[in-house]
Amino acid sequence: MVTVRSNGNVPARVPALGFKALALVILSILIMFADTRGQHLSAVRQAIGAAVYPLRIIVDAPARFFDWASESTVSRGDLERENRRLANERLLIDAELQKVTALEAENSRLRAMLGARQRVSADVRVAEIMAVDANPYRHTLVIDTGTVEGAYDGQAVIDADGVVGQLIEPGLKTSQAVLISDPGHAIPVEVNRNGLRTIAFGTGEIDVLDLPFLPNNADIENGDLLVTSGLGGKFPPGYPVAVVSGVTRIPQEPFADVKATPSATLNQVREIMLVEQAPEPADAEAPAEETEEVANNE
Amino acid sequence: MSSSRRIRHVPVLGSIVLALMLTMVPLPASIDPYRPDWVALVLIYWTMMLPQSYSVGTAWLVGLILDVAQGTLLGQHALALVAVVFLTSRFHLLMRVFPMSQLTATVFGMLALYQFLLFWINGVAGVEAPAVSYWAPVIVGTVFWPLVAGLLSGLRFRNLARG
Repeated sequence: MVTVRSNGNVPARVPALGFKALALVILSILIMFADTRGQHLSAVRQAIGAAVYPLRIIVDAPARFFDWASESTVSRGDLERENRRLANERLLIDAELQKVTALEAENSRLRAMLGARQRVSADVRVAEIMAVDANPYRHTLVIDTGTVEGAYDGQAVIDADGVVGQLIEPGLKTSQAVLISDPGHAIPVEVNRNGLRTIAFGTGEIDVLDLPFLPNNADIENGDLLVTSGLGGKFPPGYPVAVVSGVTRIPQEPFADVKATPSATLNQVREIMLVEQAPEPADAEAPAEETEEVANNE
Repeated sequence: MSSSRRIRHVPVLGSIVLALMLTMVPLPASIDPYRPDWVALVLIYWTMMLPQSYSVGTAWLVGLILDVAQGTLLGQHALALVAVVFLTSRFHLLMRVFPMSQLTATVFGMLALYQFLLFWINGVAGVEAPAVSYWAPVIVGTVFWPLVAGLLSGLRFRNLARG
């Protein structure tokens, strides 16, 4: 053994690390296996997540400070103008709401006549996106709400314009959400115009969704609105997801090439909403469940 | 002796925490794929200089934290960091006497191995990732290595002088 003086006072004798390194590598592989096979390690993740939480707060602090600074240096005139605009908007929304209440009553009456199950009304909770980057190769967000506030795995995330994604990793105080544009994500949708059901896959591009399972003769056109179908039980039904942006029918191919643009502004949102759904018994007609699980298994 | 040892841990742990934070700082989407692997760079440096105190155990723990922060498979970064740090500690005497150009080339190899392991695990686990831009952090990380090494050695020697 060569003895070399390292940094002044300690001789450079390093214990043989081969065994320890091998043990740690094997342990890592075991952990990865356990992690791919379900939720056995969520407690470990939450414990480490608690250690990561202060770091996320610090990293998020500058963005939060600039938000605060720009909010608190608005002039009185601007505030008054914004206040007036918001009051007008509220008036309009209130007027719309009157219609909705009437429609809701009519809807439940019709449903009662048909003997159909009542739709669960969903509660929403507002959450804020933290300026923290997660994995650069997946489309994920870090939000400032965790299990302490009642967030749960698979909870639907929406914004004012449509569906944003779902929670994949609820921590104690912060959670990660996967966007509908993530290449591993799929969401069951239906065409609002005619109720045609299909599945929209993320592509890895922020403004493109792919609908691979539509036959060439499917009744779908540019500009069709896709809404959540509620199959699979993860997303509440009726929320807008995307607008069809391109339909290419190739006669030789069995399926048409259909693309859609997400309704939600996926890369600009700062405030989002978590939809709280009462757990309901799994629908018998829910084959979409399996494809949707793809997003959760990682 | 014991007090000087205790002081020496502060810059190491501080730089590791800083590297973790740099990994999480949001960047514009155009330069985000080029973010170097700060944690790997910092751990390579400290393992090379203080292999008695910081080696595979530290790397594994930091890797697990990185996995949770990044939302990757638990154990993925841990495994890659353990492999890289093990090699570093195995060859740390050699690496210390390397001139900067040769050392930078070695670090390039280490970062490439790190990225390859992450890429491989992604492939086995079925996570889709763009193949080309995946290697950008290796090159950018190598470019940043002299800077990181310079800063950290400044930190280390100032601390030694005080201790």
